[in-house]
Amino acid sequence: MFRYALKRVLAAIPTLLILIALAFFMIRAAPGGPFDTEKTLHPEIEAKIRAAYHLDEPLYQQFGRYLWGLAQGDFGPSFQYIDRSVTELIREGFPVSLQLGACAMLVALLVGVAAGGWAALRQNRFSDHAVMAVSMTGISIPNFVVGPLLILVFAVHLDLLPAGGWPTEGFFQRLPNMVMPVIALALPQIAYIARLTRGSMIEVLRSNFIRMARAQGLSQPAILLRHALKPGLLPVLSYLGPATAAVITGSVVIEQIFGVPGLGRHFVQGALNRDYTLVMGVVVFYGVLIILFNFLVDICYGLLDPRARQQN
Amino acid sequence: MPLLSVRDLRVDFSTPDGVVEAVRGIDFNLDAACTLGIVGESGSGKSQTVLSLMGLLADNGRSSGSARFEGRELIGMPDGELRGIRGNRIAMIFQDPMTSLNPYLRIGVQMAQVLELHEGLGRREALRRCGELLEAVRIPDAGKRLDSWPHELSGGMRQRVTIATALLCKPSLLIADEPTTALDVTVQAQILALMRELRRDFQAAIIFITHDLGIVAGFCDDVLVMQDGECRERGSVESVYARPAHPYTRRLLSAVPRLDQDVRSRAQGRAALRPALEVDGLDVVYSLKRPGMFAPAPRLKAVSSGAFMIAPGETLGVVGESGCGKSSLARAVIGLVPASAGRITLLGRDLGEAGKSAWKDARRNMQMVFQDPLASLNPRMTARQIVAEPLGACRPDLSRGEREERVVRILNRVGLAGGQLDRYPHEFSGGQCQRIGIARALAPGPAVVICDEAVSALDVSIRAQIVDLLMELQDELGLALVFIAHDLAVVRQISHRVVVMYLGRAMEIAHSEHLYGRPMHPYTRALIEAAPIPDPEVERARKREPLQGEPPSPLNPPAGCAFSARCSFAIDRCRREMPELRAVSRSMVACHRAEEIAPSGA
Amino acid sequence: MRKTRRNRAAIRQAAGAGRGLWSDAWRALRRNRAAMTAAAILAVVAALCVFGPLLSPVAFDYLDWDHVSVPPSLETWHLFGTDDLGRDLFVRTLAGGRISLMVGLVATAVSLLIGISYGALAGYVGGRTDQVMMRIVDILYAMPFMFLVILLMVLFGRNIALIFVAIGAINWLDMARIVRGQTLSIKRREFVEAAQTAGVSTPRIIRRHIVPNLFGVVVVYVTLTIPQVILVESFLSFLGLGVQEPMTSWGALVNEGAKALENAPWTLVFPAGFLAATLFCCNFIGDGLRDALDPRDRSA
Repeated sequence: MFRYALKRVLAAIPTLLILIALAFFMIRAAPGGPFDTEKTLHPEIEAKIRAAYHLDEPLYQQFGRYLWGLAQGDFGPSFQYIDRSVTELIREGFPVSLQLGACAMLVALLVGVAAGGWAALRQNRFSDHAVMAVSMTGISIPNFVVGPLLILVFAVHLDLLPAGGWPTEGFFQRLPNMVMPVIALALPQIAYIARLTRGSMIEVLRSNFIRMARAQGLSQPAILLRHALKPGLLPVLSYLGPATAAVITGSVVIEQIFGVPGLGRHFVQGALNRDYTLVMGVVVFYGVLIILFNFLVDICYGLLDPRARQQN
Repeated sequence: MPLLSVRDLRVDFSTPDGVVEAVRGIDFNLDAACTLGIVGESGSGKSQTVLSLMGLLADNGRSSGSARFEGRELIGMPDGELRGIRGNRIAMIFQDPMTSLNPYLRIGVQMAQVLELHEGLGRREALRRCGELLEAVRIPDAGKRLDSWPHELSGGMRQRVTIATALLCKPSLLIADEPTTALDVTVQAQILALMRELRRDFQAAIIFITHDLGIVAGFCDDVLVMQDGECRERGSVESVYARPAHPYTRRLLSAVPRLDQDVRSRAQGRAALRPALEVDGLDVVYSLKRPGMFAPAPRLKAVSSGAFMIAPGETLGVVGESGCGKSSLARAVIGLVPASAGRITLLGRDLGEAGKSAWKDARRNMQMVFQDPLASLNPRMTARQIVAEPLGACRPDLSRGEREERVVRILNRVGLAGGQLDRYPHEFSGGQCQRIGIARALAPGPAVVICDEAVSALDVSIRAQIVDLLMELQDELGLALVFIAHDLAVVRQISHRVVVMYLGRAMEIAHSEHLYGRPMHPYTRALIEAAPIPDPEVERARKREPLQGEPPSPLNPPAGCAFSARCSFAIDRCRREMPELRAVSRSMVACHRAEEIAPSGA
Repeated sequence: MRKTRRNRAAIRQAAGAGRGLWSDAWRALRRNRAAMTAAAILAVVAALCVFGPLLSPVAFDYLDWDHVSVPPSLETWHLFGTDDLGRDLFVRTLAGGRISLMVGLVATAVSLLIGISYGALAGYVGGRTDQVMMRIVDILYAMPFMFLVILLMVLFGRNIALIFVAIGAINWLDMARIVRGQTLSIKRREFVEAAQTAGVSTPRIIRRHIVPNLFGVVVVYVTLTIPQVILVESFLSFLGLGVQEPMTSWGALVNEGAKALENAPWTLVFPAGFLAATLFCCNFIGDGLRDALDPRDRSA
C-alpha cells in the first residue's frame, strides 16, 4: 500500500509542475504586460515597479521565485488590490467556497447514489425511467441556467428564499441563503452520479458472484450491502475527482449569480479586471486542490480494490 | 419417496420478440445420495431447468409445473422461504470459478456468511468450520487461505473454494452447472475425483450439468438428455449409453470421438519428397509489462526450441493444457508474433533468411483457422467479402471475375450457398461462421493450414461436422494441417502424428497410434488418464490417480524437467537436468526415465 | 422517398442479402422514440438557427427604441420580446444559436481530429510509444483545464477562433483515450489477425477492419461531445469571456437574461430554453445511438 501511495505521489508531481508552468508562462506570453494600463507610465517609475515585482529578472528566475513562494504558501501580490496579497484573498474567499462546494458534493453523492441505486433495482420499470429522465434533464440544463431559474421561481415569484447574499453570523443563519446555490451546484452532479451508479450497479448485479450469493440464500438487502455496494460504487469513487473539478468550476458562476463572496467571485472579478496574479493564483490554487483530491481518490480506490493495489 | 421429484417443469422467458420457451415439460426423480447427469448442447435449456428449481431465473423468466424437494414444493414457493433452502439444503456450483467469487471480499468472509446465515454461527466459529472445509477440498494451507483474496488463487483452487462453500451446510442436494468446463483436463480430473470423495462423505445427491458425455459416463448414476428444452431420453447411465433409444442420443454419442478406441484409423499421409513445413529450434519470448519504472521487464518464454516437420496431406496434432505454448507456437510459425530464435522452412524456403518477400509468399501458402468462430470474422463484412479479402491480397494475378468465381466455389464447398453469401457474420450460427473461417483460409490455395483450437468453441455435433469437413478438404487438396487443441480425443481423430506440449516444450512426439496406444512420457499418460471416456463400463473400470498440482508459472520454470514438480516418477536428476527429446521405442520423448517407466506390452 | 427505401430493403431481404450491423442499429434507433423525437426537435432548432436570421425582417443587432424591454407579443412582432436595448430576442436567440451550434460542431471536429489521430496512433503502434503517449494524457487529464481556458481568454482576449481551439484542445483527451482503447481491443480481435495472416496490407487493415469498427464508438462519442462543448462555450460567454458584443451566443444571452431577471424574465427563459432543449436532444440522441450500437444493452 505504501508503494502504491508513493507511486501516486510521484505521478501527481509532474502534473502539478506542468500546471504551474503552463499558467506562469501563459501570463508572461500574453500580449501586453500586467501594467499596460490605460495611462502610460514614466519609464523610471515603470522600471521601479518592474523591479519591485521582479519583472526585470530572467524568466526562469522569476519562475523559480514563484515556485519558491508557492511552496511557502505565497501566491504573490495582487496587481489590482495594491495593498493585498493573493494569499490573503484566497484565505478570505476559500472558506466560503468550501462550505458551498462541500455541501453540494455531499448532496450530490447522497441523492445521486440513492437515486441511481434505486433505478438500478427497478431497471426498466417506471421509476427507473423517471429517475433517468430527470437526471438527463439535470445533465442537460447547465447550472448557470438553473441558478437564475431558481431565483425566478423561489425568490421572485414565491418569495420563499433569499435571492442571494451571504450573512456572516453563522452557518445556520446562512442556511436559507445556501439552499439555492447548493441545489444549482449539485444538480448536474446528482444527475451524473445517478446515471453512473445505475449503470455500474446493473453491471454488478448481472455478475456471476451475485448469482452465486443468491444461490447461497442471501437476502436481497444482504446481497446489495455486502456484495454489490462496493463494486457498484467504485466507479462513483473514481468520478469524485472530475466531480470536484466540476463543482469548483461551477461555483465560479454560481457565486456570481447568487452574490456569494467566495473565491470564485474573486476569480471572475480578477479575470474581468485583468488582475493577472490573482487569476493565476486562483488557477494554481484550484489546480493543486483538484490534483490533491484526485490523489486522495486514487488512494481510496487502492484501499477498496485489492486488485488495483496489486496491479500498480 | 425421492429426494427431488420434478413433474412437467416449464420455463418461459418473455422477450421483446415474444415468449421463448426454454424448458418445455421436464420430468425426473432424484433419490437421496444419487447423481443425475443432465447433458445437452448449448441452448438445450439444461441450465434453466436447475435455475428454476432454485428460483434464480432472470427477471423475465417464469417457471411452472411441480418440483417437490424433501416434501416441499419449490415452484411458486415464496422467495423468503426459498432462501432458507438455497445454500442450505440445496447448494449450487457454477461454471466459471474466476467470476463466481466476489473479488472484493476475502475468501473466509464469503464462506462464513453462508454459515452465519443458515446456522446462525458467530464469525469465529464459522471461520473455523470454513477452514475445515477448505482442508476437506484439499486446499494447501487452508487456514491461511481464509485471508486470501480470490484473485490470488488459480482457477482450480477457486473451484475448490466454491465447492467447499457449497458443502458448508451439508446440503442434501448439490447442483453443479458445468463445474469443470473452464478447467484444464488434469485439473478437471482432480475436481471430479474430489467430488466423488465428497459425495461419499457427505451423502449428498448431485445434479451434474454438462455437455461432456464422458464426464456423465464416469460420474453419474442416471442421465437425462435434453434438446430444445425437452427431455429426449432418461434412464440409468448404463442403459442409455449401451442402448440409446432416441435418435438424438444416438447421434450425440456417435459424434463424440473416443480416446480408447480408434474410430477410424487415418491413412498415413502421402509419402512426399520434401516436407511442407519444417520448424526447428523455435523460441517465443514475450517481454511483459515492467513491474516498476526502473525494474527490468520480466521475460516469459512461451515456447522453447519448438521443432516439428509436417508432410503434405499430413495432420500434426498439438495438445497441451492452457499456457503450454501451443498457440504461441502456431502464432510464431505463421508470423503473428515474432520468434526470437529458430528456423521456419515452408515448402523448402527458409522464411527467416529470405526476408520480407518470402513472408509475403508464405502468406499464400500458410493460412490459419481461429478459435472463436464469430470473433474471427469482421462484423462489418459479408461472407463473400471476408473470403475474397485474402485472395485480393495474395493472388493479384487473378482477374476480378476469376476471384469472384473462386470465392463462390470455395464457399459452396464448405456448405454455404445462394443468398447466404451476402449475409453478415452475426446472421450465421457458430458452425457456419467456422465454415466461413475455413473458406477464408483455403481461398489463397495454401499448402499448410494451422487450426488453432478451431473446434473448441463448438457443440459436440457441430464439432464432428467441422472435423469431418476438415478431413475431407485435406484429402481433396493435400493440405498439411497443424491441428491445435486441448481435447485429446478430437486430436486423435484427426491427426497422423501428435506433439504433446508442457510449459513451452515438446514432451513427446509420436504417431497417433503409438502416442495413444503406448504413451511414453508420464505427462502424456496423465493427460490420457485424465480425459473422460463416454462409456460407463470403461470409465468405472479405470483406476484413478489424477495428476496432482497445476502447471508452474512459465515466468518461473523449474530448473530441470518442466514436469518434474508434478511427476510421480521424478528423481533428483529430473529436477536438475533438462531432458532432451530423444527416440525411445517408436516415439520421441523428453524424459530421463522413459525406458524404465514405459508401459509393458505393445 | 421512404417507400422506395422500404421497397429496396424488401427486395434485398427477398434476395437473401444480409443485414449489416449499421442497418440493424438504424432499425433499433428508429424504434427508440425518445431519440427520434429528440432528433426531430434538434433538426427544427438547427434549421431555425440557420435560416431564421436570414428570413427575419430585423437584424439581430437592430435597436428598436420604440420597444425596449417589451414582453413577448404578436402585436409588436417581437415573438420573444426585446432586451433592454430594444433588440429582438427571437432573432438574437437564433443568431446566438448559430454561434453556439457552430462552436459545438467546429470544436468537436477539432477534438475529433486530434483525439482520433493521437488515440489511433498510440493504440496501433502500441508498446513504449503507447505508454509514453498515454502517460502524457494522464498528466493532462488531471489538469483543471477550465481554469486554464479562462486564463487563456483573459490573457489573449475574446477571440472566437481561440474558443474553438481551446475547447477542442480540452475535449480531445477523452476522445484519445476512447479511440486508443478501442483500437487496442480491435487490434487484438481475431479477424484482424486473420487479415494479417492473409497478407492484407497494414493500410488496408486499418481502412477495412479497424476504422469501420471504431466508427460506432466515435459516432456515439461525438453526439455526446457536442453538448459538452456547447456547454463550455455558454459557460465562458456567461462569464463574459466568450463571444463579444454585438455578436452573441446562448450563454451570453442567458447572462444578460439573468441580470434582467426581475424586470424581464423572458430574456432569460427563451435563450435558456433553447440551450437546454438543444443539450437535452443531443444527449438523448447520444444515448439512443449508444444503445442502438451496443447490442449487449439492446436486450435490457
